[in-house]
Amino acid sequence: MSQIGSFALLLALALSTYSFLAGVLALARPGAGSERLGETARRAGIATFAVVFLAALVLVISAFHDDFSIAYIFHHSNRDLPAPYKFATLWSGQEGSLLFWSLLLAAYGFVLRLRHKTDVRLFAYASAIISAVQIFFLLLLNFAAHPFALMQGELPADGAGLNPLLQYPEMVIHPPMLYLGYVGFTVPFAFALGALIMRYPGEKWIRITRRWTMVTWAFLTCGVFLGAHWAYSVLGWGGYWGWDPVENASLMPWLTGTAFLHSVMMQEKRGMLKMWNMWLIFATFWLAILGTFLTRSGIISSVHAFAQSSIGGWFKWFLVITFVTFTFFFFKNKSHLRSEHKLESLISRESSFLFNNLLLLLACFTVLWGTWFPLISEYVQGNKVTVGPPFYNKVAIPVALLLLLLTAVGPLLAWRKTSLESLKRNFMWPALGALAVGILMVVFGVRPWQDIAYFYALMAAMLSALVGLTVASEFIRGGRVISRHTGQNLLASMVHLFHRNTRRYGGYIVHFGVAVVIIGILGTPFNQDKEKEMGFGDKMTIGPYTLVCESYTQDDNPNYSNEWAIINVFKGDRKIETMYPERRFYKASQQPQTLPRIRSTYKEDLYLTYEGLNEQTGRPIIKAHLNPLVMWIWVGVLIMIGGTVLALIPNAVPVRVPAPARIQTAPVGAGD
Amino acid sequence: MKSLPNSVLRTFQAGALALMVFALLGASDEGARFNSLGHRLMCVCGCSQILLECNHVGCTYSDRMRGELMAGLDRGENDDLTLQDFVQKYGPTVLAAPTGTGFNRVAWIMPFLALALGLLTTIFIVLAWKKRPALAAPGGVLPVSGAELERFRTQARKETQI
Repeated sequence: MSQIGSFALLLALALSTYSFLAGVLALARPGAGSERLGETARRAGIATFAVVFLAALVLVISAFHDDFSIAYIFHHSNRDLPAPYKFATLWSGQEGSLLFWSLLLAAYGFVLRLRHKTDVRLFAYASAIISAVQIFFLLLLNFAAHPFALMQGELPADGAGLNPLLQYPEMVIHPPMLYLGYVGFTVPFAFALGALIMRYPGEKWIRITRRWTMVTWAFLTCGVFLGAHWAYSVLGWGGYWGWDPVENASLMPWLTGTAFLHSVMMQEKRGMLKMWNMWLIFATFWLAILGTFLTRSGIISSVHAFAQSSIGGWFKWFLVITFVTFTFFFFKNKSHLRSEHKLESLISRESSFLFNNLLLLLACFTVLWGTWFPLISEYVQGNKVTVGPPFYNKVAIPVALLLLLLTAVGPLLAWRKTSLESLKRNFMWPALGALAVGILMVVFGVRPWQDIAYFYALMAAMLSALVGLTVASEFIRGGRVISRHTGQNLLASMVHLFHRNTRRYGGYIVHFGVAVVIIGILGTPFNQDKEKEMGFGDKMTIGPYTLVCESYTQDDNPNYSNEWAIINVFKGDRKIETMYPERRFYKASQQPQTLPRIRSTYKEDLYLTYEGLNEQTGRPIIKAHLNPLVMWIWVGVLIMIGGTVLALIPNAVPVRVPAPARIQTAPVGAGD
Repeated sequence: MKSLPNSVLRTFQAGALALMVFALLGASDEGARFNSLGHRLMCVCGCSQILLECNHVGCTYSDRMRGELMAGLDRGENDDLTLQDFVQKYGPTVLAAPTGTGFNRVAWIMPFLALALGLLTTIFIVLAWKKRPALAAPGGVLPVSGAELERFRTQARKETQI
């Protein structure tokens, strides 16, 4: 089996090299025969997908067949590993995840090459660029991180097992989502670079890649938050985001990708920010690779240490080569990227996008800076320092609040120019609503003057309310206009409105989702936790809950042995639930793992972890966290994803103006 | 000297009382200090987690460090001294964030410097764009019709989408 996999990888490298070289040659020398040469390049690209798929399939089959002659399978699987995790072996380690990356890139390339008739030449450029990226990953797989490398010496009877942290259902979907996001940004980058090289006229490439970018962004969003949910559900420290370098690595391309999604609208609609957009999409692609470099190289300590290796040098060179290549073509053809329009007013959608981009990039810079500062410090002053949550909380939160403010105000601004009068008119009710939320919070006990965290929580609540209210007001105002013209009720009118411009209103739903996520996050300053050794019948009180230890016990199965406590949860005198915080000991890997149990409600999460047994008394130590509002984070993410999906739906009703309209100032909020 | 009216005096008294209440509400107890300091320190077992959040089963460091932190507080040391004790014992990486001294100050300054520079650059760009001359039609604005009007209407639709 391993030989089939190895051969498939070599063949894939040969095919993608051919696809790149033949593609470049066909594009460089247009003329007789170049079309046919280009077509062979396209087909070689398609074939690359089939061959990489074969290699991935071989690896998965080897995992299911417990083929421990393959070192990768030995290190990341064992006989008693449940089937879903055997499947997840593909991305559970270094070599496999690189193969998975390569597979996804080949799959994106496959779809792109099938759709080449949209614009043959532009697609040919994008195809060649994707092949170039593919070559890098296949070189890695063939010569630096071979997934089919064989074990030396006597064959082991069983594998070393999968890292216990990865034996959780979400790990079956979190990495694929994240990788779909990371790899997916290669496509808009390839189109952007292709358009730059060929001095592509107009903004058609943006329209072609719009859906790619949005889908990719949705995958990355999903991946980032699934990672957060995994950390919350598995790591057992009661939080969901620890500003770990690898978490940061996933956040950086998300931030620049979000900036790109916004600023690209300025190019599409007004022909502005062309150079900026080129750099943004390049930065997004580059940061995705940088993130992989951070994860793999081990130059920065992280809880994701399972992925460390010595392939950092390869990534370093790839980052340098892509930067030099992009910079060369940018300066060669930048005259092609001049803005077509001027900015007419400071109070306009255009300037709000500029400030939105500034803040998103600042957030990205802050995360990048915090991630790299330990290395800079070591270089400058000879010793490393830690840049952990206190740093990010102080620096990133004000930026996030400003972004939230822009999220609220932006939709109220029209393209070109907004009069202060109309801004005041449309802003007044949402602002009053947000103020009312703030007053209510103070009345109900939030004291922003006591602690900066409470101040941030208050601001975040008010701004989230502002976002929600501006989104609602946009829907209601537009719905009323349609209702007046069509006689439909308001709800039907709002649905009608949404169908007229799915991208705009889907975007608003995404904004609303962001506000809901922020509401979930703002509960953090009010978290409580308690730890207690609990014997039979012992009680612990946290918030409104009384926890009573009914029993504690242990069990054993082929994959792991475990011990857990049986905790009855009371609210007042009423028993509301029994929870089973657990600790497992995985036999193959000889590693322990804590599995928290969470009771989630819209008000708060009760989060219990089994810390271990007190060796003297033999009684379990239980840690309880009370985390307010956490559920809203996951609800908000679902809204964000839902909004993105809705924004992908094509507009159902073509927009037609029946007669020439009298020219007047664009209405507030008009446009995307 | 004329005495202040009773209502004004009462208002001042109420204000002073409210301030005292808020001041007392803000006073921190030992537990809050332990919690605050424990979140400014890292566990040094290699887990890269905040001291009070390290939940490694059998972690030999975090329990000991928590004990040391509690002992420091019991000795009546102030926050800086307590943290300094930890730095001396475990090295600078025990602090969860860079200090505000020496080169470490750069860590804090840079994001705000970037914000200031970014804001200035953005404002500069906006002003430069505003100053750009508008593309005026020769001979002033003329009424348009036919294909040209349709082109303008298409552009308007594209830019406003409704």
